[in-house]
Amino acid sequence: MAIEQEVLVIGGGLAGATAAIAAARTGADVRLVSAKQPTLRHASGLIDVLGYTPDGEGPLAEPFEHFADLPEGHPYERVGRDAVEAGLAMFDDICGDSYEGKRTDRNALVPTFGGRLKPTARYSASAAEGLASDTRDMLLVGFERLVGFDAPLAAARLNAADPPFEARGVTVEFSADLTAEPKVTRFAHLLDRDESTDAGRPVRSALADRVVAHLDGEARVGFPAVLGDDHPNAVRDELADRLGAAVFEVPMGPPSLPGLRLEDRLYDALDAAGVRIETGNPVMGFAGDDRIESVTVDRNGASVPYAAEQFVLATGGLVGKGIDSDRDGVAEPIFDCHVPHPPDRYDWFDDDAFGDHRFARFGVDPDRDLRPLDASGTPEFENLRAAGSVLGNYDFAAEKSGSGVSLATGVRAGRLAGEHT
Amino acid sequence: MAATPTVLVIGGGSTGCGIARDLAMRGLDVTLVEQGNLTHGTTGRMHGLLHSGARYAVADQSSARECIAEMRILEDVASHCVEETGGLFVERPEDDEDYFERKLRGCDECDIPAEVLTGREAREREPYLAEDVEKAIAVPDGAVDPFRLCVANAASARNRGARIETHARVTDLIVEAGEVVGAEVEHESGPGKRTHASPGTTERIEADHVVNATGAWAGRIGELAGVDVAVRPSKGVMTVMNVRQVDTVINRCRPKGDADIVVPHETTCILGTTDEEVEDPGDYPEKQWEVDLLIDQLAELLPVLRDARTIRSYWGVRPLYEPPEAGTEDPTDVTRDFFLLDHADRDARPGLTTVVGGKFTTYRLMAEAVSDHVCERLGVSAPCRTADVPLPGSRDERVLDEAMDDFGLTSPVARRSKQRLGDRSAEVLDTEDPNPVVCSCEGVTRAEVQDAVAESGTDLNAVRIRTRASMGNCQGGFCAHAMAQELHPEYDPERAAAALDDLYQERWKGQRHALWGEQLSQAMLTYALHATTMNRGRTVRDDDVDFDAFDGGATGGD
Repeated sequence: MAIEQEVLVIGGGLAGATAAIAAARTGADVRLVSAKQPTLRHASGLIDVLGYTPDGEGPLAEPFEHFADLPEGHPYERVGRDAVEAGLAMFDDICGDSYEGKRTDRNALVPTFGGRLKPTARYSASAAEGLASDTRDMLLVGFERLVGFDAPLAAARLNAADPPFEARGVTVEFSADLTAEPKVTRFAHLLDRDESTDAGRPVRSALADRVVAHLDGEARVGFPAVLGDDHPNAVRDELADRLGAAVFEVPMGPPSLPGLRLEDRLYDALDAAGVRIETGNPVMGFAGDDRIESVTVDRNGASVPYAAEQFVLATGGLVGKGIDSDRDGVAEPIFDCHVPHPPDRYDWFDDDAFGDHRFARFGVDPDRDLRPLDASGTPEFENLRAAGSVLGNYDFAAEKSGSGVSLATGVRAGRLAGEHT
Repeated sequence: MAATPTVLVIGGGSTGCGIARDLAMRGLDVTLVEQGNLTHGTTGRMHGLLHSGARYAVADQSSARECIAEMRILEDVASHCVEETGGLFVERPEDDEDYFERKLRGCDECDIPAEVLTGREAREREPYLAEDVEKAIAVPDGAVDPFRLCVANAASARNRGARIETHARVTDLIVEAGEVVGAEVEHESGPGKRTHASPGTTERIEADHVVNATGAWAGRIGELAGVDVAVRPSKGVMTVMNVRQVDTVINRCRPKGDADIVVPHETTCILGTTDEEVEDPGDYPEKQWEVDLLIDQLAELLPVLRDARTIRSYWGVRPLYEPPEAGTEDPTDVTRDFFLLDHADRDARPGLTTVVGGKFTTYRLMAEAVSDHVCERLGVSAPCRTADVPLPGSRDERVLDEAMDDFGLTSPVARRSKQRLGDRSAEVLDTEDPNPVVCSCEGVTRAEVQDAVAESGTDLNAVRIRTRASMGNCQGGFCAHAMAQELHPEYDPERAAAALDDLYQERWKGQRHALWGEQLSQAMLTYALHATTMNRGRTVRDDDVDFDAFDGGATGGD
């Protein structure tokens, strides 16, 4: 007896979760399967919509003003502005007070760990006090044993952009005894639990004392994004209280706590929407012809068919392995959907490290209903839709459009799937 | 002539650094200039094989004897740069049985220990060897870190008073009354350590003798003195795997051919190589088919390689040389011997000696021969001591084992640090300050990076070759920015940024030849991390931002 549901979503990242929730909200019976942990932990937790045009113009203050200029085939061109707004609305609904930016269509500029400014549409509440258009001076605080965030250097870089505030950076020893190579989660858990230091003091107040000595009238203080995993608000509030200044987090590279926290929120929302979730079980193949009847899921080595009326492919791009490649070509491994790519792999990249890389735009090519198209422009399957970075024709890293595309296409693919059951 | 004779050595590869050390140990006043960082040319682009000589035991027995002797010396004086892996010459069904026997006999004649293994015995040592490998000859091949060895020679030379100038390009040789008496040198940013974005200077360096040890570039330097040195640069590709599929050097047992060796190197394996003559050692095509050839051919010996992950490929240029009358057509057949060109006798141009050809394994012997010659020309009588005096870092490792626990490093990191630093571990790692890991792939700590920065300034590629930071699976994706941050505050933010860009681009260069499968995924992740979260990029500028146009949040801005 096959496992059956109305909508099966494959992939558990931002796009997959959004699609599953959107489908469930149409009343459909939804299951989400994902092969492994989503790649949210690699991401900053910022929700970008469009920070730069595909031609590199930016940073853009008004992302929606540039939608009309996007090239044909770009995911936003396929689904339209309405889908982006619907995606953001659903995101705002899911995240509530833990995310900000919904007051305006404008982008915010968030300082990140290299001291560069990143345009983004939504930012976690923990980053809210750090915005670069805010005029209050800031003190950035780094930790000796946390490589990757050099606060004095980040502050100097920020000041070089001539922002409406002055930034200063200091590096302090963290307030608790740490091994030679502490992980970011170690900092977060010490702060979450407010554990005692060697000297018998709670770690939050000990940290605040170390930082207070360096404060010179700054109204806000930025820390690397390690301020708690389970109780970030409590950690931030206590530090702010003791410092007499607003406190914010500077988004960091992987593993990213804001990304992990966002993951938690999404999975709570999936639960609340009644979506059944299975992780750790990869989809290996499918049965069907023009229409997919079922997919084969590997459960501890056993091949189990999962039947559904509608399928959503949200397996990610090259990073998430939703798009795979070998020396001879590029493929979508589950349904073998057409992935346009140059035949010669030396045409896949640019010689400049930040050049116009063709590989960054690898992905399936969808119609306006997000159904992947074959080489002749016909939908591969009538009941398969794609969402998120498995889609091609856009370079999310250059445009800063990754989360926006995942939300917009996730909502649209999920709704269409739900409505077709 | 000055009281202490002065020698200018041009070229900071293994030979040049070896010569600088040898001459400095004999009491001469040595200056070495190198256009890039140390190992910039061929030395930094070899496969890391320390030859037992078995490879040459049939065709070139004098080279074979030199190799086994020099290998023994390096195991002694450079123990921290050498890994005694052993090697196998492996025979496949289609390979010539007669050649196998000749190889075995040749090893015997050259005093290279050799033992015949059955296919089964060979697979017991190296389980990934193909099932149809029929037999193998075990020889004492090894692996060597050319970067550390070269740097150790330069450090030893400097400890004995030599001046080492990297990023110093020779623009002219000074010829007076028919004799070479020095060189005009252009310092990229000024004498001493390189600093990004600092204006350059030029310098006139006078010397009693000039040594041209520029390998594939020897012709260009020769031209500056009006002498003809017809080096035949020959390129070869090497592909780096993400893990060590083998712990032994694997050679194909056949007379000659491309793609016939796999060398275990640190945490990786390196596949080699090809042999194709090129016009310009600094500018030649790097082709997809060369990488494919390596993988496809070597997969005949190690089938696991066919679908294994490669992390980058790079090309090196051999400075092949033969006397003009030899006229060999195929570069594979050009001798691997080295030649000392005494331009006084050869071209009536005294004051200049060129060394070309040769092999990395015999760099010390070449340096000894050149140093003997220079000393003779300068009337200096001093014996060569480089075969006896250990290089910095290679002394008694046993002392270290006890000391390592003191540095607060977890054991795999400590072990790797110790292997890299040898007896310099205590000096480098004994710091009061926290010493976190900067590069996780290779386990490189802040203290090691800082030590290398103190040596080499803002050139993070020079830091890389000293420490291996950014040489692992992620190719700098997760650590290049952290390495650059170590430059601050000694160097300003612009210089740290320029150094990051340089390193990042250099790492990208080699990865371009590995962009499929896992490594393409890694490249996309790295690109996304740097372009998205850090918002780095070609067109990204933040020096002209209208802050008022953006959301200022609930509290500030608007």
